[in-house]
Amino acid sequence: MDDASRLAAVFNEMYAPDGSIRPSYAGVAAWLERTPYELVELKRREAEFLFRRIGITFAVYGASADPERIIPFDIVPRILAASEWALLERGLEQRVRALNAFLHDVYHGREILRAGVVPEAQVLRHPAHVPEMEGLLLPHRAYTSVAGIDIVRTAPETFYVLEDNLRTPSGVSYMLENREMTMRLFPDLCALHSVRPVDHYPDALLSTLRSIAPRASDREPTVALLTPGLYNSAYFEHTYLADRMGVELVEGQDLFVDGDEVFMRTTEGPRRVDVLYRRIDDPFLDPEAFRKDSMLGVPGLMRAYRAGKVNLANAVGTGIADDKATYIHVPAMIAFYLGEKPILNNVPTWDCSVPDNLAYVRAHMADLVVKEVQGSGGYGMLVGPTATREERRAYRERLEASPADFIAQPTLALSTAPTFVDEGVAPRHLDLRPFVLTGEDITIVPGGLTRVALREGSLVVNSSQGGGTKDTWVLEGEGGG
Amino acid sequence: MLSRVADNLFWLGRYAERAENGARLVDATLRLAALPSEREGDGVGGVWHSAIVAAGCEASYHQRYRTMEPEHAIHHLVFDRENPSSIVACIDAARRNGRSVRTALTQTTWEALNTLWLELDRRGAQALAADDLAAFLDWIQYSANALRGAASGTMLRSDAYWFLQLGHFIERGDNTARILDVKYHVLLPEHAPVGSAVDYFQWSALLRALSAVRTYGYVYREPVRPRNVVELVILRPEMPRSLASSLSQVDRYLLAIAADYGERHRCQDIARARYARIRDLGVDDIFAYGMHAFLTDFVEANVELGDAIAEAYLR
Repeated sequence: MDDASRLAAVFNEMYAPDGSIRPSYAGVAAWLERTPYELVELKRREAEFLFRRIGITFAVYGASADPERIIPFDIVPRILAASEWALLERGLEQRVRALNAFLHDVYHGREILRAGVVPEAQVLRHPAHVPEMEGLLLPHRAYTSVAGIDIVRTAPETFYVLEDNLRTPSGVSYMLENREMTMRLFPDLCALHSVRPVDHYPDALLSTLRSIAPRASDREPTVALLTPGLYNSAYFEHTYLADRMGVELVEGQDLFVDGDEVFMRTTEGPRRVDVLYRRIDDPFLDPEAFRKDSMLGVPGLMRAYRAGKVNLANAVGTGIADDKATYIHVPAMIAFYLGEKPILNNVPTWDCSVPDNLAYVRAHMADLVVKEVQGSGGYGMLVGPTATREERRAYRERLEASPADFIAQPTLALSTAPTFVDEGVAPRHLDLRPFVLTGEDITIVPGGLTRVALREGSLVVNSSQGGGTKDTWVLEGEGGG
Repeated sequence: MLSRVADNLFWLGRYAERAENGARLVDATLRLAALPSEREGDGVGGVWHSAIVAAGCEASYHQRYRTMEPEHAIHHLVFDRENPSSIVACIDAARRNGRSVRTALTQTTWEALNTLWLELDRRGAQALAADDLAAFLDWIQYSANALRGAASGTMLRSDAYWFLQLGHFIERGDNTARILDVKYHVLLPEHAPVGSAVDYFQWSALLRALSAVRTYGYVYREPVRPRNVVELVILRPEMPRSLASSLSQVDRYLLAIAADYGERHRCQDIARARYARIRDLGVDDIFAYGMHAFLTDFVEANVELGDAIAEAYLR
């Protein structure tokens, strides 16, 4: 299949196959039509200037020049009609409920393992499995207070979950800043649509975090955001969220544990902390419990956590539920815990630890995407159709050396949306990461972060691999006026 | 607030202030070096030597260079990132401190700081290419003023603002004292006695380094006289870069913090006593004690006060 015909088979979110414009995009299409290219280009530059001045940057590991880059922002919004979002919302809530039930179960009765629905060895020997979590009761059984679920689309009603991010998912600050930017640059376009707001996300996050405070108390629980610090790639987001929630942004050195309670060092002496929204990975949290060489963590934090004196969001040990091998079992979890059929589908996935699957994957590498079970951020994956013969050969060697470390998926024809690129406005592939908050209740702010592959034909949307972002609009209705 | 945040704000204030005063100092030195009589003998080397001393960079300079050359001194004081007290290094440090406490700054303050930092290298290269260092120094002062204005115009009057201001005024007192002390280090050429044109020019350059030339004229309405200059930049509380003014501001912000937190520390007592002492002084007391000795004491007492502030709040 040549590129043109492949693109024709792809679901274009703006244009129907007959060339007509889908109702949700009618306003944007008309606006693109009447706005001169030069003006759009001017606005695009203004956006880049603003992002840099505000300092919305991210660090790319291993990049030497310009360590503070900005993620390209595409000015054409990505639009979801009310009915499309309603479907996603139900599916996301269902999935995250099941994942939390799974995490509670694994660290308590292990019913799903005993029932043989998920292989025991895969969970208990998982590097992210944390024995210290066994038997620890968490408020509202909330493990993934913040989950980022990556969704792709291939047809009008067909959404797939590509990946669950249950540890310290990032990107929500781009969702918020992108909206700010669109409203600043294109107030007239915004005014033509009824777009559901997203800017209450920090309030929703704070309510969620307060709802999981460890003890009933007459005072408001004290929440703080624990960051690895300035040199973390998501540091901007940490400062942004702490600021918007009005909570302290702390580093490990700002905290200490005394009598199993956690305190911040402040100008007015020690102040107790009830909930830590931590953006530090498990191994670095507490040098007493995990990596001894961690300078980022807080000695004794796990002790305080186990004693129920402080709560952590997300919980420790959630990584067993979000890797690509566990992913395969999420539909079964939904059936097991909720007795429901999955509303959102998994992408068909071959677990290479199964010999038959391995044989199939080896024979079809040119058609498949092969990923490391532990990989993330688009690193270490092979996109078969666009890889060179040499790349495929090298990857096959790694696969054969340790098949259990890999899974494979078909190359999905990810949907496209109009995107402003050098040649003008052209369709580019995209995904969506909505953020699902779990505390006493589940809250989902309408929309999420849309990532877009800016290179023509590319399916890799990760910012570390040349992807950009878009503002994501969830409409009050179906669009089309 | 977090002690680390207070510490970062304090040092953001200090480094921003140091960069701004560094720009003033180099600017004044450029003028001094242009004075005809300074071009003879070791004159030009002499004024740059005094600038290096005033900036507290004598040791770092001599580690790198054997002789005092204007180009080297300028590079060391303005552009050298290896010298932690150079203007660009101070702006880097101010921005680093600001970046780690973004949540404590208003958006306007952060943008003023970040814009200064983002433009720094381009402006520096431009100035070097056009051989127009003065334009660069003007821009630094202008941007530092914009930063202070942004903070003063948008930040809530609470501990974050007070720690930022404390940094500014502790540093300003230190910098003013060092700039004044230059007069001690700059030896007058033998043929130019006290009160000569050269002496006059040096005192004017000093006023210029403190942005006080017009203020002097307005307050005294007579030619530049050492007595008046000393009174203006040490004792006059209404002169914003004077030592008395710096002490009064430090006292004021420490009191605000103590009132807000409902607790006093040793630093409040030290600051109060220092401010009371300088208010009781006259010009004759300073000349009798010796200006160099007085300024040396001031700088040392300032270090002690900084330590007391750190002990009470920043650790």
